[in-house]
Amino acid sequence: MDLSYTDTEKAFRAEVQAFMRDELPDHMAEKVRKGRGLTKADMEDWHARLNAKGWLAQNWPKAFGGAEWNAVQRHIYEEEACLANAPRIVPFGLSMLGPVLQKFGSKEQQDHWLPRILDGSDWWCQGYSEPGAGSDLASLKTKAVRDGDHYIVNGQKTWTTLGQHANMIFCLVRTDPDAKQQEGISFLLIDMDTPGIEVRPIVLLDGSVEVNEVWFTDVRVPVENLVGEENKGWTYAKYLLTHERANIAGVGFSNAGLEAVKRMARAEMAGGRPLIENPHFAARLAQAEIDLSAMSLSNLRIVSMTAAGGAPGLEASMLKVKGSVIRQEINDLARRACGPYALPFPSEEVDGTNMPPIGPDYAGKVAGEYFNHRKISIYGGSNEVQRNIIAKTTLAGGAR
Amino acid sequence: MNFELTEERQMLQDTLRRFLREKYDVETRNKILASDEGMSAEIWAQMAELGVLSALFSEEDGGFGGAGFDIAVIFEELGRAGMVEPVMETCILGGSLIAALGNETQKGLLETVIGGEMRLAVAHTEPRSRYDLSRVETKAEATGDTIRITGQKAVVQGAPLADHVIVSARESGAVDDQDGISLFLVSVSDLDMRPYPMIDGGVATELMLDIEVSADARLGPVGGAYEALATTWARAITAQVAETLGAMETATDLTIEYLKTRTQFGRPIGTFQALQHRMADMLIELEQARAAVIGAAGYLEADPKLRDRYASAAKNLMGRVGRLIAEESIQMHGGIAMTQEYELAHIAKRITMADHRFGDTDHHLEQFIKMSA
Repeated sequence: MDLSYTDTEKAFRAEVQAFMRDELPDHMAEKVRKGRGLTKADMEDWHARLNAKGWLAQNWPKAFGGAEWNAVQRHIYEEEACLANAPRIVPFGLSMLGPVLQKFGSKEQQDHWLPRILDGSDWWCQGYSEPGAGSDLASLKTKAVRDGDHYIVNGQKTWTTLGQHANMIFCLVRTDPDAKQQEGISFLLIDMDTPGIEVRPIVLLDGSVEVNEVWFTDVRVPVENLVGEENKGWTYAKYLLTHERANIAGVGFSNAGLEAVKRMARAEMAGGRPLIENPHFAARLAQAEIDLSAMSLSNLRIVSMTAAGGAPGLEASMLKVKGSVIRQEINDLARRACGPYALPFPSEEVDGTNMPPIGPDYAGKVAGEYFNHRKISIYGGSNEVQRNIIAKTTLAGGAR
Repeated sequence: MNFELTEERQMLQDTLRRFLREKYDVETRNKILASDEGMSAEIWAQMAELGVLSALFSEEDGGFGGAGFDIAVIFEELGRAGMVEPVMETCILGGSLIAALGNETQKGLLETVIGGEMRLAVAHTEPRSRYDLSRVETKAEATGDTIRITGQKAVVQGAPLADHVIVSARESGAVDDQDGISLFLVSVSDLDMRPYPMIDGGVATELMLDIEVSADARLGPVGGAYEALATTWARAITAQVAETLGAMETATDLTIEYLKTRTQFGRPIGTFQALQHRMADMLIELEQARAAVIGAAGYLEADPKLRDRYASAAKNLMGRVGRLIAEESIQMHGGIAMTQEYELAHIAKRITMADHRFGDTDHHLEQFIKMSA
C-alpha cells in the first residue's frame, strides 16, 4: 500500500490547476460559488473550453476523440474542478449516451452523433423515469409502435434534467408490451423538435427549474434512431447506469463543501466567539470530516481498482449511499452555520448588484442547496434501491 | 394529572382546524407564497373574527386566553396548515412585549391588534447576535425628549407587513449584558425597509437604523427590557415547537398516505418492511415531540428557571426530530416531494427552518447544559 500520488499524477494535478486558473472565467466560478443558476450559454462556453483542451470527453477512448483518462485522473480532475468552483460537465451526452453509442451504436450512429456531442451541436437529455416508474424503472410504459420506417412514440417521461435546453433526448420505450418487463424495452434517440413533443418545467422546492416533464403524442421517430437491437434496450440502459455511477461518491463536491463550511464557521459568531470554536458545532464539523476522510480513501481504493481494470460492483452502491449522506450532512452544516441568515430567500433581481447583500454573501444559497440536495439520495437509483442491491447480492448467496 | 384539553380549547382547536381546512388549502397557500405581499389580508381578518388572535391574549389584555396551552393549541393548527401569516410576530412577539411592558396608551394598541386591524413585528436579532438574547449592539442615546437609535437589525420577520415595529437597543452596559436593553415602539413610516421573502414563506427585512424617536416611544423601563424579552422568547418557543409539531403531523400523514398508495414493483411501497420500520420510527419520535410541546406549554407560566429548562429541552428535541421527520418524509416520497407544488415541500421547509429562529438545536443544548449545571 502507498497512499501517495505518483509523480505523473501530481504533474497531472498541476496541469488541471493551471487549466482552472487560466480558463475558468471569474463570473462563472462566482455563480457556482454563490449557487446562482448557470445559463445555457455558460455551460456551453465551459464545454467549449474543455473541448479545445481535449478534456471534455474524459472517459471516452482516444479513437472517438476522448481524453481516455483513467479513474485516478478523473478523480483528480473532479477534486480540482470542485475546489475551483467550476461548472460540472453536463453528463447526458458525455458520460451517459457516449459510452452506449460507442459500445452498442452502429458505425453510422457513432460517426454522426459522437462529434456533435463534443462540439456542442447537440444537447442531450435523458428519458428514463416516468411518473409510475421511478425506483421500479423497468415498469416504464412509454410505448413505441413500428409504422413503416418510423416508430410512433406515446407516453410521458419525468425528472428530465435540463430538458429545457436539450434538442435531443435518449429514451427507454416499450416496444413489446407482451414480453417480460425488462425484455420489451428499446433505446431510441429522439429529436426534441419533432411534432408531438412537449416539455413542461417542474419547479423544485428551492424554486429552481432544472427538471422537466416530457410528453410524447404520436411522435414519429425514424427507425435508424434505434440503438442496437429492438427489445434489448434494458441491457444498454444498465450499461449506461454503470457509467452514470462514475464519480458517484461526490468526493470533490464534499471536499469543496466542507472547506466552504469552515470558511463560514470562521466568519460566523456565536456567543461572541467564532462559530468554529463552538464545541457543539466543531464536533459536528469534525465528525463530517472524519466520515468524509474515510469515504475518500474507500473511493480512491475503488478508483485505483477500476483504473487497474477491475469493475466496481457492490462498492458502487456503497459509495452512492455513503457519499450522498455525507454530502447532505455537509449541506446541513452549512445551513446551521448561517443561523438566522439561512432564512432569507430573495429572488435574483432583489439580490442584484445594486442592492446591499442580505447577510454574508455565502448565506444566500445554503438553505436552497440543503433542500435541493435531498435529491442526491433519491436520483440515480435511490439509496433504498442501492441498499436492496447490497442486501440481495449478499444475502441471496451471490458472489461478493 | 389530566392531559385532556379544556372544553373551550377543544372547541377552539376544532373551529380553527375546520377553518384552515376550508379556507387555507394547499392551492390558497401556494398563491399566498407566490404573492408579493406574502400574506392574505382576508385570512387575517377572518382569523381575528374567529377569535384566534384574542385567544392568544389574557383577559386582562382584552383577550380570552394567552396561556401556554392556548398558544400550543392554536399554533399546532397553524403548523398543520403551514400558515405563513405573521401571527407569531404580531401576537406572540409584539403582543407579549406590549402586554408586559406597555403603558396605558401603548396597551391600547392591543385592542386593534386583537381586532385584526394592526400588525406588529420585533426587531431584536442582529448580524452578530445569532441566537444570544442579551447581545445587543444597536445603541439608543437620549438627548432631552429625543432618542437616537443607531445600529443594524437582521432578518426582521413580518416587519414589512407590520404597522409598528418594536426595536431593541442598548442604553448602557457591555454588549451582552442583560441589563441596559431598552425597547422602542416605532412606526413603520419611520423605517427604511427592503422586503424580501424567506425560504419557508413570510417576508422580512434588514433594518439599517439611524432614526430619532420621541421619549414616549419607549416601551418599558430604561435599560430594563431583558426579563420581558426572555418571557416573550419562551412564549415564542412554545408557539414555535407547537407549530412544528403540527407541521410534522401533516408531513407524517402525507407520508403514510403515500406509502399506502404509491405502487412500485407491483405493490404499495408501504408493504416493504424497510420503509415500515422507518415510518414506525417517525411515529415514535412524533410522540416525543408532542410530549416536548406539552412540557413547554405546561411550564410556560412557571418559575422562569423551570420554564426555560422545558423551553430549551423542547427546542432541542424539536430540532432533532424535525430534521428526521422532514428528511425521512421527503426520502420516502422520492422525487414528488422535491416539487414546489406538492404540499410536503412547504411543510418540510417550515419544519427545517424552524431551527433558525429563537435558537437552534445546538444553542438550546448549550442552554440546557448551563441550566443543568
